[in-house]
Amino acid sequence: MSDHVPLTTDTAEHELLSFRVGEQEYSVDIMSVREIRGWTRATPLPHASAYICGVINLRGTVLPIIDLAKRLAIDVAPACERNVIIVVQVNGQTLGLVVDAVSDILSIPQSEIQSPPEMGGDHGPTFVKALTIVEGRMLRVLDLDRVHPPMDADAA
Amino acid sequence: MTKPDPMAEIRASFFLECEELLEALQDGLLALDGGDKDPETINICFRAVHSIKGGAGAFGLDDLVRFAHRYETVLDAIRNGTLTPDHDTMLLFFKAADFLSDLVRSSQTGDGLEPDLVEGTLLDLESFTGDAVKEEEAATDFEPMAVSLDLSDFDLPSGTVYRVIFAPEPELFKSGNEPQHLLRALAEAGTARITCDSSKLPRLEALDPENAYLSWTVDIETEVSAEDLTELFDFVDGLCSLVITEVSNAPPDKPDLPAPPPDAVDISNPGAPLASPTLQKSNGTRPTQTPNATVRVDLDRIDRLVNLVGELVINQAMLSQSVAEAGLTSDSQVTSGLEEFMRLTRDIQDSVMMIRAQPVKSMFQRMSRIARETSGAIGKRVNFLTEGDNTEVDKTVIERLADPLTHMIRNAVDHGLESKSDRLAAGKSEEGTITLSAAHKSGRVIIEISDDGDGINRPKVKQIAETRGLIPPGQDLSDHEIDALLFLPGFSTMTQVSDLSGRGVGMDVVRSAIQSLGGRISITSVKGRGTTFSISLPLTLAVLDGMVITVDGETLVVPLSAIVETISLMDDDVKRLGPDTNVIHIRDVFVPLVDLGVELGYRSAPTDYEGRVVLLISQEDGARMALLVDTIEEQRQVVIKGLQATYGRVPGIAAATILGDGKIALIVDPVDLMTRASGKTGTPSEDLQLAG
Amino acid sequence: MSLSILAIDDSRTIRDMLTLALTQAGFDPTVAEDGIHGLEVLDGMQPDAIITDINMPRLDGFGFIEAVREQPQHQTTPILVLTTESAPELKARARAAGATGWIVKPFDPAKLVKALNMVAGTGTA
Repeated sequence: MSDHVPLTTDTAEHELLSFRVGEQEYSVDIMSVREIRGWTRATPLPHASAYICGVINLRGTVLPIIDLAKRLAIDVAPACERNVIIVVQVNGQTLGLVVDAVSDILSIPQSEIQSPPEMGGDHGPTFVKALTIVEGRMLRVLDLDRVHPPMDADAA
Repeated sequence: MTKPDPMAEIRASFFLECEELLEALQDGLLALDGGDKDPETINICFRAVHSIKGGAGAFGLDDLVRFAHRYETVLDAIRNGTLTPDHDTMLLFFKAADFLSDLVRSSQTGDGLEPDLVEGTLLDLESFTGDAVKEEEAATDFEPMAVSLDLSDFDLPSGTVYRVIFAPEPELFKSGNEPQHLLRALAEAGTARITCDSSKLPRLEALDPENAYLSWTVDIETEVSAEDLTELFDFVDGLCSLVITEVSNAPPDKPDLPAPPPDAVDISNPGAPLASPTLQKSNGTRPTQTPNATVRVDLDRIDRLVNLVGELVINQAMLSQSVAEAGLTSDSQVTSGLEEFMRLTRDIQDSVMMIRAQPVKSMFQRMSRIARETSGAIGKRVNFLTEGDNTEVDKTVIERLADPLTHMIRNAVDHGLESKSDRLAAGKSEEGTITLSAAHKSGRVIIEISDDGDGINRPKVKQIAETRGLIPPGQDLSDHEIDALLFLPGFSTMTQVSDLSGRGVGMDVVRSAIQSLGGRISITSVKGRGTTFSISLPLTLAVLDGMVITVDGETLVVPLSAIVETISLMDDDVKRLGPDTNVIHIRDVFVPLVDLGVELGYRSAPTDYEGRVVLLISQEDGARMALLVDTIEEQRQVVIKGLQATYGRVPGIAAATILGDGKIALIVDPVDLMTRASGKTGTPSEDLQLAG
Repeated sequence: MSLSILAIDDSRTIRDMLTLALTQAGFDPTVAEDGIHGLEVLDGMQPDAIITDINMPRLDGFGFIEAVREQPQHQTTPILVLTTESAPELKARARAAGATGWIVKPFDPAKLVKALNMVAGTGTA
């Protein structure tokens, strides 16, 4: 799946998995999604960034979990049983994203996906790779590379 | 062919074999250097180089062939007794072995080596044999021989006609050659008419079965040359009389060929010696393949197996937990079955871990090379000894030890050993000794690097640490504490940084490399006698004996090897040290109190220590801490799951594991924790302070 | 019917290459690691031809050939020597030990097959 190469013609369609974080709608390329699973309490990692929930056991592997709401600085209630975890693969690494709910699988033609507008000034990191309109609502395509935490450089 | 490219596989296997051969060579050289006079020892060295040459030739690795050939020639001179190895010869042999190993590596990766380097070492080698070895260009010897006969178009007979007269001598039969086969091969080179001259055949009663009486005349029209026809008889050169004459260039079927001698014999039944007994085919009893003592397996497959067994262990733990929760009695069949299952799981796990284990030997040999190179570069004579070469350690541990050990060996030669003059002045031999040893000790591997140098210059170490601001000046430090300063980042005892003691790479890096393997390192040093660095490592990186504990509702695992004892605290055990720090008083020793919950940021420190549990943690170098936890659950073996690959390094945490309930528990890294510990603990209540 | 060949070399690489070359040529190879091992494997088989290296541990090629020739049932079994040198004295020594012929390493598979076919008498077809 990771070697999926999206076609670049305008007629090519992107399949996106859309989900809700707080009141905002985001999506990721369906090809990067491994599975969707119910919420499990993660084992917290000491001294980790606030948006790292910790790690969970995904069939024998240790899977880091990111609280997407915290990562995107969206104000929501703390994660609980109602949340779901989207397991995604990014740059050969697997990680879980805690979201409020998975909404839909959408096929969006390439021509209807646009780059986010350039923002003046420094507004901190942006996690949106592209934008599109679905049924009059704005849908953000999440930039997984940016969501993925940089590996801890502490090697000493 | 089921495999895509069998040659590529053989090539890969060739390089593996080279590693083994280089190891055998190294062993042989060490034995020779140690005065071994057994002729088989030099034979082993010779064969190792010879086999490398043979394989290299097959893959057209010309540089390797050329070098191996020269090396082999010198070794052969020793084998023949024309050259006697002295100290300098041995040094050159070691150098050549190192170089050979570089060549093997560069041949494997395809990176060329410096041509000057190749030539230089070749010249060195040649100088040893001098004129005794005749200049022969090895490379030409190894050109694969072209097929000299192209037999593909023998169905177009439009060439020359030759007459071949072939008369075997008795010796021909003794060599296993068959006139019939030779004649058939000849006949296939063109259109042939074969006649047999049996005129010399005696009467039956006078026949000597081992003698040769027959000769053959073959008239052959062929496109190949007379030389090529002669080459067909290469194997029987000197074992027969062979005359090949060109009869004509005439078209075929010329009837003017001399009449064949009488009594033409069917060549399918030639006049071979009659002595050969009837040959019996025994198809059923032949061994199918070489009975090999070893099987080569892809490391990936082993790792997969190791992972699967890890899963099995976790599953078994989960099952045990479920059984326990189901409230079955201990004499129920399920329980006893489960016990058997647990025993088997452990056995499987042990066996699988054994697969990954390999002797430290090859790594030790690399270190011996490092010692030689370092001593050569700085002009100190070093006698490098190894002990326990066959001690088996997990392959990954061995691989990851190479860098820290390299650094430590260089340090030992560069800093550990005194200069020649100092040694002589101290009444020691000019040659310093460095010993690298490995041994199994109570479930761990102990690797020690010892030198017989002057020992750690403690006043100097302390002074440097003070100058660099690593410690406040004027502190009273124990020997242990001073030695530990060597591990502080940015420490280097040499005022002049030499080329070898890796600039910027200090013992702190060595220590963290060892720690990342779950290992510990310590120093013992006696003034004037030398220094020993001792590394203690787990046998495997896959499982760990741990103490399962809880802190603030989180379950964690502390490696059992680090725990000296567990203590239930009483009020007056805790003594205040600083504003937020405390020590506990155990058997007349004060040990810093470290709250695991605080250090990991889970909670703030408690104020009441009555009845609290601490784990007394001890480092290899004697440093201790009392680790405060909430509860102790159990002791058990856990499967180590790396965090680094999926997340990165977590301070104070070595790895993770999966518990019986499927939850992840973090494995504490006590050494890292001790280094990083803030030591912040709560203030014991007022009256306790008064009591303390 | 494929020729059965016993191939002896202490180098795994050469053994692998011999096995490959012989199998591809439709022969049925059996390999051994040194002279002693070669004799053990030979006991119980009647190969159509034997290929052996010279420099080997335990028992070298010369010793192996001599031992084979001492066995009546193998007196005429063709034996080819694998050698890295084409020096005449080496050939002479191989022949003195009872070798049928020689192949210079690194061997050309086609030449090896041709030589085997010749000494074993199956023709080059």
